[in-house]
Amino acid sequence: MRPRIQLLSPELIGRILRESFELLMSPGIRVGSAVVELLRAAGVGVHDGVAQIPEALAQQCLASAPREFYLHNRQGEKAVHYGGDDVHFDPGSCCVQMLDPDTLEARPSETRDLVCIVQITEMLPQFAAQSTAVVCNDVPSAIGDLYRLFVVLQHSDKPVVTGSFSAAGLQGMIDLLAADSGSPDKLRQKPRAIFDVCPSPPLNWSEFGSHNLLDLARAGVPAEIVAMPLAGGTAPVTLAGSVTQHAAEVLAGITLHQLAGPGSPVVWGGAPAIFDMRTGGAPMGAVETAMLNMACAEVGKHLGLPTHGYLVATDSKFVDAQAGAESARSATLGALAGINMISGAGMLESLACFSVEKLVIDAESIASACRLARGIEVRSDDTLATAMFAQTGLSGEFLKLKETRALFRREQYLPSALIDRSARGSEPPNDLLTRARTRVAELVTKYQKPTLPEEVLRRFHAIINCEEDRGADGISGGTQHLVD
Amino acid sequence: MADPLFGAMLQSVIDGASDKAAELARLALAKGLDPLEAVNRGFAVGITFAGDAFGCGQMFLPDLLASAEAMKAAINILEPEMLKRGSQRETLGKVVLGTARGDIHDIGKNLVATILSASGFQIFDLGTSVTPEQFVAKAEEVGADIVGVSALLTTTMAGQKAVIEALDRKGLRPRVKAIIGGAAVTSKWAAEIGADGYSRNAVDALELAKKLLNKGRVST
Repeated sequence: MRPRIQLLSPELIGRILRESFELLMSPGIRVGSAVVELLRAAGVGVHDGVAQIPEALAQQCLASAPREFYLHNRQGEKAVHYGGDDVHFDPGSCCVQMLDPDTLEARPSETRDLVCIVQITEMLPQFAAQSTAVVCNDVPSAIGDLYRLFVVLQHSDKPVVTGSFSAAGLQGMIDLLAADSGSPDKLRQKPRAIFDVCPSPPLNWSEFGSHNLLDLARAGVPAEIVAMPLAGGTAPVTLAGSVTQHAAEVLAGITLHQLAGPGSPVVWGGAPAIFDMRTGGAPMGAVETAMLNMACAEVGKHLGLPTHGYLVATDSKFVDAQAGAESARSATLGALAGINMISGAGMLESLACFSVEKLVIDAESIASACRLARGIEVRSDDTLATAMFAQTGLSGEFLKLKETRALFRREQYLPSALIDRSARGSEPPNDLLTRARTRVAELVTKYQKPTLPEEVLRRFHAIINCEEDRGADGISGGTQHLVD
Repeated sequence: MADPLFGAMLQSVIDGASDKAAELARLALAKGLDPLEAVNRGFAVGITFAGDAFGCGQMFLPDLLASAEAMKAAINILEPEMLKRGSQRETLGKVVLGTARGDIHDIGKNLVATILSASGFQIFDLGTSVTPEQFVAKAEEVGADIVGVSALLTTTMAGQKAVIEALDRKGLRPRVKAIIGGAAVTSKWAAEIGADGYSRNAVDALELAKKLLNKGRVST
């Protein structure tokens, strides 16, 4: 039996969906001009930039959205299954600050930081996918989104969770992925990346967001709708009310997306949070934030759609006990909720700062959460214990049993040395941050950069240079030197 | 010249494949190989590797025990021939082991016995809840180099001190080294009761025993 946590009764899910469909009509959804024509063609009334989407149309678009799909690795193998109760994790994105490993102060993130994050993520099986985790402040901002993806593709074979910073930025990123896959058709057949696309709460699909949805749907590249109501701030204060708003925002997004490209892969995702009544911030480590993510995913699952959530992050500024407690708790809850993709590992300070030390610690929490989610399994057809006792009698020599050796790796998650379970030795014990630094160094040392075909690299550079020339701020100068 | 069998032998120990190790031991005898060479250049290299792999977290207790069992399976087959040739494997030392009086927890002690035995120490295992007098008597009887006392409980740790005092009363130390181990034991406790050494786990115990008797590598 797979352990699960559910927060919503079927009756409550029914109410949430009923009210969310009502919200689509009244007050309606604010939309960007890019989608007005598309909506009108589908019979939707759009007045003063506000669309009134009838439930029948939304239901029709829900029906055409795929129930499952895969992201592929560079080798073209299926690596992430969006669908069912499969759970995957990827690092959070997209920070502009990095916790400096030496000074423990937050500073602007740079290319070298992103490379380090990608290397560590590549080495850790806990992460099924990479993310374009930090902004590289050392490259012109006009190509910031493209450049992050370029760095990740150069250093990783894993699938990528990414996103663009503007409506115009998306095409360059799709071109980059098509170059990586071999062609736009191959990218469509075996997508390697998924793009986060965010509505603005409440109930607003901005010009940028709606434009991205259309472009992704038409390119057949998976879109992950990341709706982020803040309960009490930009959404109703009740958790149930915010889940309802979230559902309306995602339903509207799926409608726009499926109208543009019926059958194109799309994910019921989000980064909902409560609104902190002292700071006015979005506390990602709060238990209610985790509850919102779980409940939103539950609604998506009820509709049979692939799901996403934003967990494993903390509000602490340091790699400390608060960071560990909040991140491990939400990793556990997310895994038990069966959310297909859980983003957020490595993030500090309510998503403002990234730490590689936290990333390796989070990986251990994630592994434990996944172990829990696997539940208690029965291994053998015959007995649970008596067959083993038949061999040991009362000697207690279980360590020597064949069964022990054959099964312990499956029964137990075997943590890295980061998790200290050893007996006290003569040397003073190391604290967690020290062990995390050791783990980071070890992983970076063992990492090997993938070899990309010359032709692919050449096309990458051509795309980067072309976009750089188009860059609005006119800052030129090669970026090639920044990443070897 | 290195026989290709040596590689297979050490691999069988690393894999913890007792049947394979025994088969290779028999093959070595059939080919007329020196059984002592088979141990020293084949099987024993495997157990050293396994110990190192355990030490750095790449192998786990069940793997290590399986390696030790494979080593034992090979030695059992080679031993009669070694005796016949008078080329017995040089013992690294004689070790008397037991758990402290009142303590019946012996998993740790058994691991130490298995690892030390596989690595070439001669083990005299007195079992659980052993009195200081029994430790002393056995140490005198066999001419022990090391006496190892294990205690899991803070309440039975006093028994470790009693054994050391008994060894001292008989004047057996410093010739006989006293080592201690167990979940609650610390290096501080070892120093407090005047033990010659303490280790956190079975592989460290092997290094400790070698160090105390000046045999081979010393971990730093």
